[in-house]
Amino acid sequence: MTEIICKDLSHTYPNGVEALSGVNVSIKQGEIISVVGQNGSGKTTLVKHFNGLLKPSGGNVLVGELDTLEHSVGLLAREVGYVFQNPNHQIFAASVKDELSFGLKNIGIEEGLIEEKVNKIAEEFSLTEYLDLNPYRLGFSLRKTVGMASIIVMEPDVIILDEPTTGQDFIGIKTIRENMRNLSKEGKTVVVVSHDMPLVAEETDRVLVMCETELIFDDSPDKLFANQEVLGKTNLKPPQISSFFSDVGLSSSDKAVLSIEDALKAIK
Amino acid sequence: MTVNKGEFVGILGSHGAGKTTLCLSINGIIPNMISADMFGNLEVAGEVPPRIPVRELATKVGSVFDNPEFQMSQLTVFEEVALGLQNLGVDKDTILNNIGGALEMVGLKGFEERSPFEISGGQQQRLAMASALSMKPEILVLDEPTSNLDPIGKEEVFTVTRKINQEEGLTVVIAEHEVEVIAEFADKVVLLEEGEITKIGTPEEVFPQLVDAQSKVGVRVPQITDFASKVPKKFGKELPVTLDQAIKGYKK
Repeated sequence: MTEIICKDLSHTYPNGVEALSGVNVSIKQGEIISVVGQNGSGKTTLVKHFNGLLKPSGGNVLVGELDTLEHSVGLLAREVGYVFQNPNHQIFAASVKDELSFGLKNIGIEEGLIEEKVNKIAEEFSLTEYLDLNPYRLGFSLRKTVGMASIIVMEPDVIILDEPTTGQDFIGIKTIRENMRNLSKEGKTVVVVSHDMPLVAEETDRVLVMCETELIFDDSPDKLFANQEVLGKTNLKPPQISSFFSDVGLSSSDKAVLSIEDALKAIK
Repeated sequence: MTVNKGEFVGILGSHGAGKTTLCLSINGIIPNMISADMFGNLEVAGEVPPRIPVRELATKVGSVFDNPEFQMSQLTVFEEVALGLQNLGVDKDTILNNIGGALEMVGLKGFEERSPFEISGGQQQRLAMASALSMKPEILVLDEPTSNLDPIGKEEVFTVTRKINQEEGLTVVIAEHEVEVIAEFADKVVLLEEGEITKIGTPEEVFPQLVDAQSKVGVRVPQITDFASKVPKKFGKELPVTLDQAIKGYKK
């Protein structure tokens, strides 16, 4: 069980740019939560504190019992896995198999068990046929899947996904959404940083909205997509279905319709 | 397929369907820089792309790719736009004139002395567009230009793309996953599946046909079209493909 707690978290980059100011938030084990906001609002800076990739300039971050100021990324990464937006920033091994094994080797898992875990994760993510290939011979979408699988194989309690659906087609997005749901079913905490509002609306239970270094909203997606003030301030565009229901006066002013399923129920 | 002068054409398809190959054939990068066996006929702005050098064709067909950073090489925005023109051996006055015009068109006037690497993604992509536009092309080909941008960046690029199409009359061919935007802007959409064109028509013609085939063809339809298809009695004869059409056509 790993709860993440940020207390008065602030972060100033070495060049003097303030990226986070006074953020208070706690995330319980098993939550599926999104972090949204424009580029430069502080979303990625915030989640990079969850596994110690960045350390607070002010305040504290607790990952389970561990204060991130006192522990290395290496140790924290066992509890909190971070899947990068661009798989090219993450992938370096010569084969998909090596890429999936790397983290496990690093934490001293014995070889027989590594093979077992790698084969299992490859199957779950439909990567079995690519195990011997160089990841760079795969298309972007599949390479992104490799990046995700290489973190999930480590079985962290918390998984952070940075823009998982960017540049993905219909099938890629569907696969990523299924993976998120499965992880959540297994009791993992899933934190997703995203500009993909239908994803936020349909797959997450709670949304954190970052705006100019501050956390300005922390509630459910149906409240967010009905909150004109926050939407206006952050330039976030609700899913088309939410806008339609609000424009034709079918949804209440404090609770947006989030999905086609919701919408169909609402007009019956 | 035929693209008429001044049209805005959206290319749809899953990864691997052939969108990029089509874009790179139109601007001649295939087969002149990436070799390939080509069959059939292709004519672009009166030229046959395989027969003329890419840089010459660039004066008729401008190109914008998915990762603007890969296209940047100079120290300032001004130099970045100047590069292509200098390589063509254009005279100084024309260069200065074209750079000014191109930066104006994409809304980057005043950015001349900034570094291309210290501006936002949306600005970088508009800079890539300015570089292409500085050569005064008749056609602009954009291959997933907004895949790596945030919502504001996407909006910026779409707004400029629409402006150069409507105000400057440029023909636009754009491969894009944001179907809501394509539905709103495009005169024509082309669906590619495994290297073949399987549908071609207006967004109003094509998207309603794809509602039940989204998984098969690997292309989404606008969320509002998907919804309307499930309650057709609430809408008129034709399914809406944009939010405006849906709001106007909805029967309470």
